[in-house]
Amino acid sequence: MNYTSFNTNEEFFVDMQRCIGCKACELACAECETNGQDSLIHVNYVDRASSIQTTVQVCMHCEDPVCANVCPADAISKDEFGVVHTANTERCIGCSNCVMACPFGVPKKIEEYDLMMKCTMCYDRTSVGKKPMCATVCPSGALFYGTKAEIAEMRPNSSPVNTFVFGKEIVNTKVNIMMPKGSTELIIY
Amino acid sequence: MAKLPVSAEKIVEDFGPHLNYSPKEGYDGRDEPDEVVKTHCCFCGMQCGIQLLVKSNKVVGFEPWMEFPFNEGRLCPKGVQRYLQNNHPDRLIQPLKRVEGKGFEPTSWDEAMDKTVSEIKRIQEKYGKDSFSVLSGVSLTNEKSYLMGKFARVALKTKNLDYNGRLCMVSAGAGNKKAFGLDRASNNYSDLEYAEVIIVAGANISETFPTLTHWIWKARDRGAKIIVIDPRMIPLARTADVHLDIRPGTDSALYGAMLKYLVDHDMLDHDFIDNYTSGFQETLDAVKDYTLEWAEEITGIKKEKIQEAAELWGKAKTSFLLHARGIEHHSKGVDNVLGCINLVLATGRIGRPYCGYGTITGQGNGQGGREHGHKCDQLPGNRDIENPEHRKYIASVWGINEKDMPGKGLTAYEIIEAIHRGEIKGLLSICFNPLVSLPNSNYVREALEKLEFYVCIDFFLNETARHADVVLAGSLQEEEEGTTTSAEGRVIRIRQAITPPGDARTDTSIILELAKRLGAEDKFTYADSEAIFNELRVASKGGTADYNGITYKKIEENMGIFWPCPTEDHPGTPRLWEDKKFKTPDGKAHFNPAPYKLPGEITDAEYPVILTTGRVVSQYLSGTQTRRIGKLVDQYPEPLLEIHPKLANQYDIKQGELIRVTTRRGEGIFPANIVETIREDTVFLPYHWSGKKSANQLTPGTLDPISKIPEFKVCACQLEPLNEIAPPSKESKAYASV
Repeated sequence: MNYTSFNTNEEFFVDMQRCIGCKACELACAECETNGQDSLIHVNYVDRASSIQTTVQVCMHCEDPVCANVCPADAISKDEFGVVHTANTERCIGCSNCVMACPFGVPKKIEEYDLMMKCTMCYDRTSVGKKPMCATVCPSGALFYGTKAEIAEMRPNSSPVNTFVFGKEIVNTKVNIMMPKGSTELIIY
Repeated sequence: MAKLPVSAEKIVEDFGPHLNYSPKEGYDGRDEPDEVVKTHCCFCGMQCGIQLLVKSNKVVGFEPWMEFPFNEGRLCPKGVQRYLQNNHPDRLIQPLKRVEGKGFEPTSWDEAMDKTVSEIKRIQEKYGKDSFSVLSGVSLTNEKSYLMGKFARVALKTKNLDYNGRLCMVSAGAGNKKAFGLDRASNNYSDLEYAEVIIVAGANISETFPTLTHWIWKARDRGAKIIVIDPRMIPLARTADVHLDIRPGTDSALYGAMLKYLVDHDMLDHDFIDNYTSGFQETLDAVKDYTLEWAEEITGIKKEKIQEAAELWGKAKTSFLLHARGIEHHSKGVDNVLGCINLVLATGRIGRPYCGYGTITGQGNGQGGREHGHKCDQLPGNRDIENPEHRKYIASVWGINEKDMPGKGLTAYEIIEAIHRGEIKGLLSICFNPLVSLPNSNYVREALEKLEFYVCIDFFLNETARHADVVLAGSLQEEEEGTTTSAEGRVIRIRQAITPPGDARTDTSIILELAKRLGAEDKFTYADSEAIFNELRVASKGGTADYNGITYKKIEENMGIFWPCPTEDHPGTPRLWEDKKFKTPDGKAHFNPAPYKLPGEITDAEYPVILTTGRVVSQYLSGTQTRRIGKLVDQYPEPLLEIHPKLANQYDIKQGELIRVTTRRGEGIFPANIVETIREDTVFLPYHWSGKKSANQLTPGTLDPISKIPEFKVCACQLEPLNEIAPPSKESKAYASV
């Protein structure tokens, strides 16, 4: 039985061109008591010497999560809402298979706890109908959580894309990235 | 007298800055707070709505406030971490006195007050009333700002009261008063949404007002063209349609050339100019020779880009022009502002939906704080202290004889100069850290050392306070009720979430007690902050900044009210000038000639490189608050000298190498950050740090003749690589540099 009030109409959208590198998302993510003041979202300069551009990486919550597939301890699970949960602390053996397998470089092994930790799309918030903390505070809308209709109205020049082509591997994700209008997939060369 | 009682290192050991981090599992009670208090961030002029979580009279965390219309839950990193001040080990919890050879020791309130009042009386009796000065600040609420103005004029009876808004937007204020007869951003930010063209001039919005970025991007989603004017490729400029990478100190040349282009190509609103403005012809005459070629020569911006910007601006049907300290911190800051306003007036795009203009006020209450009277030339309601009618009205509100009201005093930097000259002997400061935030800090330190008596009210022992004789432990923003006025002109409610810790007191109660001991109790008795606000409303009535119709209840019910709001049934004024009735004597908007002038200091063979200063996203102003918050310090631990690879190459500078930067006023050593995102002729330093890491060791005390704002944004420097790579930034401990 489902006791949560997870809003299934709402999705996560990442719009890199809007990122201003301020790290409000990182600091807000770390505030979650389950994260122990570590951020599970990461902002980095692409190449500070030549540009001020930053990227922001959140867990993409894959439809067929490779992190869970390669986990020998069955510590990572995907729930009925498509949220890929972080490692179950009682099961995780700290082997880092997931760290190496994730095509987006999301899971991080926290050596201090011998545990993999990654974004759970703020399950403690989203499961009670709130928005994830990072997407709530993001001052530039680089991270947005809401409905497809809202994003279509707000960003008429962009399309949400959740298909990533890594060579012969196609990865579909719960999280969308915003690309130029009409885009349907991101091909990573 | 006011030399440090012990070494600065010892004071740092006792009072910080120390870094505060939240416990890993968060503060106790965060999940079950006693109270969730809807209030606002304590930092910049955006005044974002935020909810503070309170447990057992401590702020233990925050929760976004989704309903507040400006930011809808959005915050910057400073806002996310702002809750860490109340629970801070450096928080002053009792009054302190200076003890020679020992530092600062606790004292009783009685003793601290007695000493303060007896020294004030001694100095004023010996040297005259004006020999005791007050430096105030606009992180204070409207109520406290009003109270400081009244306290200085009525209880201390000194004319020498000024505030740190002098380092903020006074150039904009002066320019706006000349052009419009009123000093407020003309529009609220929702008018950005459908602006076709947005000019952002000298405003690093994404780092200094991050939550405003959303509104700019929102406009871009609707097809707006963005023009960013800045010597650096700031985050907003990266994806702007036009980035005018201007040479510091040449802004008015750019605006002049753009105005001439609009005239030459008849991109003007003749109806608006003819019917609602004055001064157009004189203003044109001042720029008649400002060709694009000339502007390229002066500003260093390719003429094609200037032309593109002028074309975009000229052809737009709706637009918004925003500026901030980048054009205002100049010896011709007012001219730069007027140059911008001229572009707005020439196209008539003001006073209509999506046609906006405004300075982005920097400090939390930079707007409200500059309207109600702790500025040296001003009385509440943005009245003029030299206007007999204005004096008479405020004297009647205060219940004093107009003849007893002091006249116009010195501005903030001039107060420091007068202390240095020995003319001012005493100082009370609140909410101001001039040793870090004023230019030429070595000179400021010399001045502080000459004071006969200095009393500081603050919640942390800031760098300037180390020179104090008495320190009165005051209150954080979240420790008192009140109101502020955001950069949009929206008057909002600041809530008391907690009472001051330990034996600390609210700023208000400290000022009231001092007034009482100075014999002015009858003029300084209020039931609460709301009673002060209600007096402020009356005092502002009929002034340009009219708050008369604003009540606490009305603010709370509407999530803010935009002034002017003359009567209780008036809804407030989110957009000014819809009636085209300007507040100037002739009722017209005024064009003002803004010819290009050289900056106060220009490069030469000895000092060949331009130095400009500014901010980073994780720090706020002089860092009194943010250099004590661990994660904000970790994000950008020490000031880095941004330098273009071509300039670095000339000096054979390596990435991370320590560089001695020298100006005519001082020197400092900073690691080089070699980046292509800055002009080749300019280096940049952020200014939030103290002591040997302070950029203001280098900056000049050259002031704008009208606004008296210092020229932080341009001076001449030498670079000397020291052939040594800096240790990792986190080891620098720059946050506590002495």
